[in-house]
Amino acid sequence: MNFEDELTRGNFTIPECTSCKKIIWPPSEFCDVCYNETCLKSGQFSGKIIEYSKQNDEYFCVVEFLDTFRLIAKMKEKPENGQIVKILKCGILNGTYFFQII
Amino acid sequence: MNKVGIVGYGNTAFTKEDQKIESILHNCTNQLFKTNSEINKNLIDAVLVSTNNNSKYLSAILSEMVGIQPKIAHSIESLCNSGTNSIVSAFSYISSGLADIVLVSGAERYDSPGQILEWDNSRGEFKHPIFWASIFSKSYKQKFNISEEDLAIVSVKNHKQAQKNPNALSKKTYSVEDVLNSKKLTEDLRLLDCSRPCSGGASILLASEEMSKKITDEPIWISGIGQKTTSAGFTKNESLFSMTSTKHAGESALKMANKNISQVDVAEIHDAFSVCEPMALEALGFSKTGEGMNLIKKLHETNNFKINPRGGLIGCGHPLGATGVSQTIEIVKQLQQSADNRQLKDPEVGLVHNMSAAATSSTVLVLEK
Ligand SMILES: [Zn+2]
Repeated sequence: MNFEDELTRGNFTIPECTSCKKIIWPPSEFCDVCYNETCLKSGQFSGKIIEYSKQNDEYFCVVEFLDTFRLIAKMKEKPENGQIVKILKCGILNGTYFFQII
Repeated sequence: MNKVGIVGYGNTAFTKEDQKIESILHNCTNQLFKTNSEINKNLIDAVLVSTNNNSKYLSAILSEMVGIQPKIAHSIESLCNSGTNSIVSAFSYISSGLADIVLVSGAERYDSPGQILEWDNSRGEFKHPIFWASIFSKSYKQKFNISEEDLAIVSVKNHKQAQKNPNALSKKTYSVEDVLNSKKLTEDLRLLDCSRPCSGGASILLASEEMSKKITDEPIWISGIGQKTTSAGFTKNESLFSMTSTKHAGESALKMANKNISQVDVAEIHDAFSVCEPMALEALGFSKTGEGMNLIKKLHETNNFKINPRGGLIGCGHPLGATGVSQTIEIVKQLQQSADNRQLKDPEVGLVHNMSAAATSSTVLVLEK
């Protein structure tokens, strides 16, 4: 299964090169260093809030995972920069990725 | 490298009107030919169309509409900096000797698909540019102790300057209070902090040194070009309060022109949102890091039009594919002393800064008399 198949099922995975172990983000089938194939790492990954703002009642946050890559996720509670968070929900809705953190 | 000059231009008013992309392209190009009757259009070797529109084969269509058969014809898309990217391509065709005269026409409709970068899934459901602009604003304000009132001055200044540009979308001036009381899009962004999508076109004609001197007595030379792409995705920006690609592009352009930033008399800056103007001024070296707003306030208070004399993207509107071309035309007009009631006093060197997708790529041009 690829990253999107897992994400459709609500699973957040991280692509890693099968050969040199580099984390590849955005998700891709191939490593951009050694050009070998990637595989998906599963787990409860921790992220760190880098910056955030708020629209209506929801916060949207730039979150960094494994000190390597960042994505924008929404959060219900007021975040703080540097706060350690986890993915609560994720998926693909009408073709658009979504990530919610707690 | 062979010298390349800008020898003519034409543009349309930026509006909210529902016009076909082909009509906008035809309109600005027709304007160019109408106001530069000395140009023999049959000598045009290349036609480059700058747009994010989904219509196909637009450069061949434009060529047919204006009655020419160029050797080279194709479109160029790079989101918001398509315009200056097209000018760089035109420069390359001419300086390499592949072409002597190149027409660049940029056009966009108010509903451009270039406003959203669908590919950037790292933004999750927050793909609209207002979200990266909010994050930049929050980060910049916090890092440099800048208030919302401070940032609002960018919008006040640029709407004010746009009132002297009849082609600008904005027809009103605003106060800091107006900006702060405008619709709250997010906690860190108001409606009047944003440039607005609109319909508009801008055309420019570039030529080799020999051709330039034959066509006009006052060609404007492109003496410096700098470009940098750091990524496509917003979240790859390492810093959220500075513009890395702009810094690199600015340094390259000034080095090529053998100029330093203090010699630049007038500049068009890509103020897609209020916060972009101080960030870009700092990245280009017009002010020290964190001090861009001091410069902007000073210029505003003294009614000095040095930065964004045509009103910037906030005042003019932002028809993506036309913006970089329109910015370049403004600098040409300023250097030719033909910018009417927004003319600066005797500028010799001008600069254009045009960027895409949260400053993941930037193009900087240096122009001289
Ligand atoms: Zn590898």
